[in-house]
Amino acid sequence: MSAIVQAQTEVVQDPKHFELSPANRRWILWFILFGFAALAFGVFQGFVQGLNYAGISLFSFLPGMKTYYEGLTAHGVLNAFIFTFAEANGWLSLTTARALGRNLNSRLLALSFVLLVLGTVFAGIPIFLGKASVLYTFYPPLRAHWAFYFGIALAVVSTWIISAAQLWALAEWRKEHKGERIPLMAYVSIMTYIMWDISSLGAASEDLFLLLPWSLNLLPGSDPLLSRVLFWYTGHQIVYYWLLPAYVSWYIFIPRMVGGKLFSDSLARIAFIMFVVLVPVGFHHQYTDPGIGNYFKIAVLILTFGIAFPSLLTAFSIMYALEIGGRANGGKGILGWFLKLPWSNPAVSAQVLAMIAFLPGGITGIMNASYNMNLLVHNTTFVPGHFHLTLGSAVTLSYFGIAYWLIPYLTGRKLALERVAKWQPWVYFLGILIFARGEISGGILGMPRRTALAVINYEPLPGWKLAGALTGIGGTIMFIGCVLFFLVIFFTLIQGKKMESTGDLPFTETYLGAAPSGWQLILDKLSYWVLLSFILIALVYGPFLLTHLPPKLNSPPFQGF
Amino acid sequence: MEKLEKIYVWLSVGILLAFILALIYASVILAVRVPTDVGQIVPNPGESLASATMRTPPFDQPGVQEMAPGKYKVVVLGQAWMFNPPSIELPVGADVTFYGTSLDIDHGFFIPNTDVNMMLLPGQVSILRHRFDKAGVYRIICHEYCGTLHHLMTGTITVK
Ligand code: HEM
Ligand SMILES: [Cu+2]
Repeated sequence: MSAIVQAQTEVVQDPKHFELSPANRRWILWFILFGFAALAFGVFQGFVQGLNYAGISLFSFLPGMKTYYEGLTAHGVLNAFIFTFAEANGWLSLTTARALGRNLNSRLLALSFVLLVLGTVFAGIPIFLGKASVLYTFYPPLRAHWAFYFGIALAVVSTWIISAAQLWALAEWRKEHKGERIPLMAYVSIMTYIMWDISSLGAASEDLFLLLPWSLNLLPGSDPLLSRVLFWYTGHQIVYYWLLPAYVSWYIFIPRMVGGKLFSDSLARIAFIMFVVLVPVGFHHQYTDPGIGNYFKIAVLILTFGIAFPSLLTAFSIMYALEIGGRANGGKGILGWFLKLPWSNPAVSAQVLAMIAFLPGGITGIMNASYNMNLLVHNTTFVPGHFHLTLGSAVTLSYFGIAYWLIPYLTGRKLALERVAKWQPWVYFLGILIFARGEISGGILGMPRRTALAVINYEPLPGWKLAGALTGIGGTIMFIGCVLFFLVIFFTLIQGKKMESTGDLPFTETYLGAAPSGWQLILDKLSYWVLLSFILIALVYGPFLLTHLPPKLNSPPFQGF
Repeated sequence: MEKLEKIYVWLSVGILLAFILALIYASVILAVRVPTDVGQIVPNPGESLASATMRTPPFDQPGVQEMAPGKYKVVVLGQAWMFNPPSIELPVGADVTFYGTSLDIDHGFFIPNTDVNMMLLPGQVSILRHRFDKAGVYRIICHEYCGTLHHLMTGTITVK
């Protein structure tokens, strides 16, 4: 019989008391708002892109906009980089600070924020001047203005600084709490950033050592294949950097908000460990690339199915918490509990809809990762169809939901336009369903992505017109959903009612808490997992780099955009 | 761990293993192939990559070659913003091996509703095989962004 040990069922150090310092509060709020501002620019371009697929070339009429691809670059960079970096920086700083019961170093937060803003400016100006229409994947030999590469680098450095601030706080905490388990909420937040530190090295070194010097004419040329490999080394893992902040909310906050509890502390930690260890899967974006041997393609195929596993674990934990909550509210039967969730709270409904969107998002992801299927849909609109369900919904809707309680918490103002807030997630969700139906079915019929389809010189293939129209209609509804969100936030900021006290963060408790001794202790040995991750990376990427380095810098720049 | 947890964990592992096995079946038994590493084009000192490409077989002769009865080799060069050759004719039942590369930037070579889907990268050689069993006009699309007129970069294959 195993000994019953007293487990810690709290996810934070001191559940009773925490004081967020004014400086921490300020920078975190700025991060959150800046991210949404970037998103506002970004989704307007998205609206234009949806119409493009419906055959309407609105982009030709926008002032200062030279091509479809200029707007598309802005959409990708602002949404996929700036919005997500800003939100993760703010959100996971807050969760780390709260969980450890100590504020993060506010100088580091300030520095990170300034770098992110500068990065956005440096990358943004050439984009809107039409000097960087290289899309957010910036494959050479397409060559952007140097300021673009510089801006991207600053934005990445800003995320590393947050990681440093977190690790510093953790080190200090450990000094005072020798032998204690890391509070779960800090654990998942810090592991997200550790995963990203390791994962960002590929694109960061591509950007800093190959593209930036090349754009300043300090290198003779570019190596297109090596660049793609380095980019996608990061490019797949970045999706977990987008997603895991939403998982933090789903694991730690949603259970409490629906009246349930998190099932198991260890299961949550194991899921995050798997994201840290299974970093090298990026080759699966390159199934159709030449110059990459089958060893790599098959290895990442298997690892990719491996990395689906922690998401299945997450689905289990979350469903469990939702069901407990729904039943506690009087829900009966196999599915009755689902109807009894607190749907009238937009912070909850947005995130439950986000989870629902994630189901087809995950399934289409697995389809993509299957390389025979990939031959049918690679670089078709199937792909944006897939990732607007994941990034564009699971993540974005979650941030909408988080904002509905977080912005009141940070500003001390009650949410304004509550009726609008209640409808907003549904509008966006309806939009994404139509949009994704259009993009995915179009992709299966061969409709290419990243293409100014409204101005092609051939007859669209059968089925494209319907698929494109659905994309346009769904995209417009999504855009309306975003506008509603921005209105709610805007009015909350300027005329939300002042609250007496902001209270504490709504974090959950766990049923099976963190055991103070036993095998679970190894979960907290972060350096072991980092080491394991590097070993796996060496096994997958090592042989490629050994045979491909030094870079073959023989592709001259191309600036036809 | 709780019993419920265990059941769920093993169920997840089982499903993922089944997916992997299905893919191994597809690649080994059904012989679905993706482009792989067949060596790359290296310019001589002082020579540009584009001219090295144009003298390296088979890219010195873009177009269709019949290798054996019913078996064809189709050599394609991508460049902004066209395919060379832009239109290709083949008989019904042609068993084609495509060889593709690019003279300038990354391009794509994609025939909708088939499994012909490969990237054309400067200095790299993409190879894919496909049998054209149905007569008709197939559209070739560049599906990797390649600059201002990317959307006009298409071609056709006529099978009759
Ligand atoms: C109003 C909501 C949105 C609409 C209507 C929309 C529409 C689109 C469309 C139609 C495309 C495909 C363009 C093409 O392939 O030519 C696209 C691409 C993309 N979208 Fe969105 N989108 C929206 C929101 C978002 C959000 C919230 C995110 C992320 C947070 C996002 C991230 C992306 C990314 C990364 C791409 C790929 C860009 C590329 O291929 O270079 N979008 N979007
Ligand atoms: Cu092209």
